[in-house]
Amino acid sequence: MIRNQDQFDVVIEADQRIESDDWMPEDYRKTLIRQIAQHAHSEIIGMQPEGAWISRAPSLRRKSILTAKVQDEAGHGLYLYGAAETLGPDRSELLEMLHTKKQKYSSIFNYPTPTWADVGAIGWLVDGAAIMNQVPLCRCSYGPYGRAMVRVCKEESFHQRQGFQIMLTLAEGTEEQKVMAQEALNRWWWPSIMMFGPPDTESIHNARNMAWGIKRYTNDELRQNFVDASVPQAEVLGLTVPDPDLVWNEERGHYDYGEPDWEEFMQMVRGEGELPAERIRTRLDAHNEGAWVREAAEAYAAKRREVAA
Amino acid sequence: MSPGWPLWEVFVRARRGVNHVHFGSVHAADEETALQAARDLFTRRQEGVSIWVVRSSDVVASDPDDEDELFDPAEGKDYRFPTDYKLPAEVDHM
Repeated sequence: MIRNQDQFDVVIEADQRIESDDWMPEDYRKTLIRQIAQHAHSEIIGMQPEGAWISRAPSLRRKSILTAKVQDEAGHGLYLYGAAETLGPDRSELLEMLHTKKQKYSSIFNYPTPTWADVGAIGWLVDGAAIMNQVPLCRCSYGPYGRAMVRVCKEESFHQRQGFQIMLTLAEGTEEQKVMAQEALNRWWWPSIMMFGPPDTESIHNARNMAWGIKRYTNDELRQNFVDASVPQAEVLGLTVPDPDLVWNEERGHYDYGEPDWEEFMQMVRGEGELPAERIRTRLDAHNEGAWVREAAEAYAAKRREVAA
Repeated sequence: MSPGWPLWEVFVRARRGVNHVHFGSVHAADEETALQAARDLFTRRQEGVSIWVVRSSDVVASDPDDEDELFDPAEGKDYRFPTDYKLPAEVDHM
């Protein structure tokens, strides 16, 4: 068991894991609570844009797949809230932080999903970017977070594949369907690129979080990996990535790509506008409408204790 | 050994970063001696770095008779697995 800073440093230096009953620096604890909670918030807010498409999915199979995916997002949220709670805070405190916007969720869920092709693009690109982020998190220095991520990553793989398959079906379909797929790619490419966060030169916590083993690769490294993986996939779809600066750089062995609109990103992170307000409203409604279930569960448990006594 | 001693379930963490895993059970008079017994019985060869003991009577288990209704509904939902999605060979490693 780790009891002080020196022992903590030795474990981090040796790239071993910290467990919940270990001593840890207060900033390490705070950083993790925030990161894991915001990750959990993102999972459950992420249920909304796709959940809205379940009733409109084009076949029973697609409805089943989308339902399973939205169930998974709920499950991932629960794994992560559980991991965050090992660091001290109570579940209700964490939800309160989401509901009062004191903690954020990924701004990727503040973009609209006007067509069925958006569901495909989300699976392919947004889940693809999430996987790129999450795979290294399986080796996060905080054990409970890393173990939750192993489970999440294992389940996430079908999310990306089903999304790509939707895109492929549309891309091989009628001219109208192909246009739908291209427009969804146009809408989701840049937001996905920005999911990796600000450039390394402006990311204030990169170095510290890398030193702590919370982060394994920088934002720009992950972003490059994502571009390199996604461009050939777009080629298979016969679609065009909406970046005029995109070009293969033989020397670097990577794609060069254009600069995203970071002003738009900051706007999205600030969560201004109608859609972010709707996300929180929908979450609060679900929470409030579920109050009677929580009360009934508590009343039933109290009654059983009474009967047993 | 007094017949009144409770049974304890023993969970051992093999090393930092992995789950505690159920190793077995011990008989002991209280939690402290249960931990001691678990340590003596299950970690003679450095099998672990951390032990949990839980009173067996505190474990809430699913009823074996409910197995079908609990776990059958997950059957036949192949679309929950990545292998259910056939993709072109160039992108199949996705």
